[in-house]
Amino acid sequence: MENYGIFDILGPIMIGPSSSHTAGAARIGKVARYIAGPKIKSARFHLYGSFSKTYRGHGTDKALVAGVLGMEPSDDRLANSLGLAKDLGIYIEFLPFDIPTGHPNTVKVEIENENGNITFVTGSSIGGGAIVITDVNGYQINFTDEYPTIMITHKDKRGMISRISSILSTNEINIAKMSVSRKTKGDVASMTIETDSLITPELTKILGQVEDVLSIRVINPVREEL
Amino acid sequence: MITNATELIKQAQKKGVKIWEIILEEEVTQTGIQAKKLRKKMKKHLDVMEKSAQKTIKKPVKTLGGIIGAEAKKLTDYRKKELSICGDTINLLMARAFSTSEVNASMGKICAAPTAGSSGILPAVIITAAEVLEANEEDKINALFTAAGIGRIIATHATISGAEGGCQAECGSAASMGAGAVVEMAGGTPEKVFHAGAIALKNIMGLICDPVAGLVESPCAKRNASGAVNAFISAEQALAGIQSVISFDEVVEAMNFVGKAIPYEFRETALGGIAATDTAKEITKRIFTTPSS
Repeated sequence: MENYGIFDILGPIMIGPSSSHTAGAARIGKVARYIAGPKIKSARFHLYGSFSKTYRGHGTDKALVAGVLGMEPSDDRLANSLGLAKDLGIYIEFLPFDIPTGHPNTVKVEIENENGNITFVTGSSIGGGAIVITDVNGYQINFTDEYPTIMITHKDKRGMISRISSILSTNEINIAKMSVSRKTKGDVASMTIETDSLITPELTKILGQVEDVLSIRVINPVREEL
Repeated sequence: MITNATELIKQAQKKGVKIWEIILEEEVTQTGIQAKKLRKKMKKHLDVMEKSAQKTIKKPVKTLGGIIGAEAKKLTDYRKKELSICGDTINLLMARAFSTSEVNASMGKICAAPTAGSSGILPAVIITAAEVLEANEEDKINALFTAAGIGRIIATHATISGAEGGCQAECGSAASMGAGAVVEMAGGTPEKVFHAGAIALKNIMGLICDPVAGLVESPCAKRNASGAVNAFISAEQALAGIQSVISFDEVVEAMNFVGKAIPYEFRETALGGIAATDTAKEITKRIFTTPSS
């Protein structure tokens, strides 16, 4: 985090024992739920690095499931999320892999919805409860759950970026950060835009209708109301 | 946004204000949220801290690893029955630091300040100092803004993470934050705030992070207790006019280099220090071979 807010240092309010292994894990689970959409049937957690070694001791397993169930890192029910998931009939599985990855606290969350749709969300807990989502269904992104974020996949064509950014500017949306990536040239590319203000459903629809846009997902960070 | 002590002290002196006033003012401009709402949010954090610092003093809780437990109660019972060597204030200070550490290790609710692993230090320090100084709730909230401001400087120029810089970075930062906050609560000048912060950091420079079984129990709970005491003694020295020979900013810079030089076995990997002892290995086996509850 470039500059820290006061509550990045003095906070978050959370369920222990560890900012990165518990609070950060819950936050990754929650973002994965948000991306996968409602009606979750099962969730598999591919755990890497120190997540794979100490996930039970730090309650990382309980925190990840709590996040997938929609709980905040400070939710009193976090400690018994495994039981709650069973009651809701959601199948949970933990798959530890003792192979190092970019960051020591990394998990790939695999969520299946009731309609059979499967979503892969890879995230790392980078300390102090902060996280970074690095991959969604094979597309590299850099989402830190700090800013409202628009994730668009589109045909890899000229003019896409200007089309999208002009819609944003006419709607008085300021871009904080932007990253573009693609797998193969001329095929499909993905664009991740972090903005300073929340993205409304109406604006999401407009962006989704832009020619050559294949998919759009918007995540507004869930902030405690002040 | 000011992120070094020298500049922060100069600003406070120029405007004739306390450190917390500058920190709060900057947060208002950074976030666009009014001071009243920011104070309300800090009050919520203080409430969580006050509950966790009290919770296990009478009723211990079972922790995830089962390594620690009932330390807060043992200290409290001892204070009531025996003649305390440290005196009631220090005994209470340690008991409160243990309480939050026990709540944290049992998946209870705490406020990370700056992290969960060091979350026992600031609540114990702020609550106990306020009792001694007869400070009110507003004073405690102000002190938390000062503490956050100190922690931000360390996070910006070094690290507050045990995994990155050892226990010196995690519990050391919390103790430094607490020391400075107490000095301001006691009416100390901005310079004295940072003399206290520098002394607290120097007291534990080089301290490794060697958690048994990689958990946040042993030696973490005891380092929270000693961290709280470190904050108190550093604050008292600064209030008495004792100065840190090396400026706060330079001590933070030094702590950063030391943290980077600490081999990774001693940075929260449980591969060195007491975490690598036979007893620690037995505990680790016990915890990680039994199925999760």
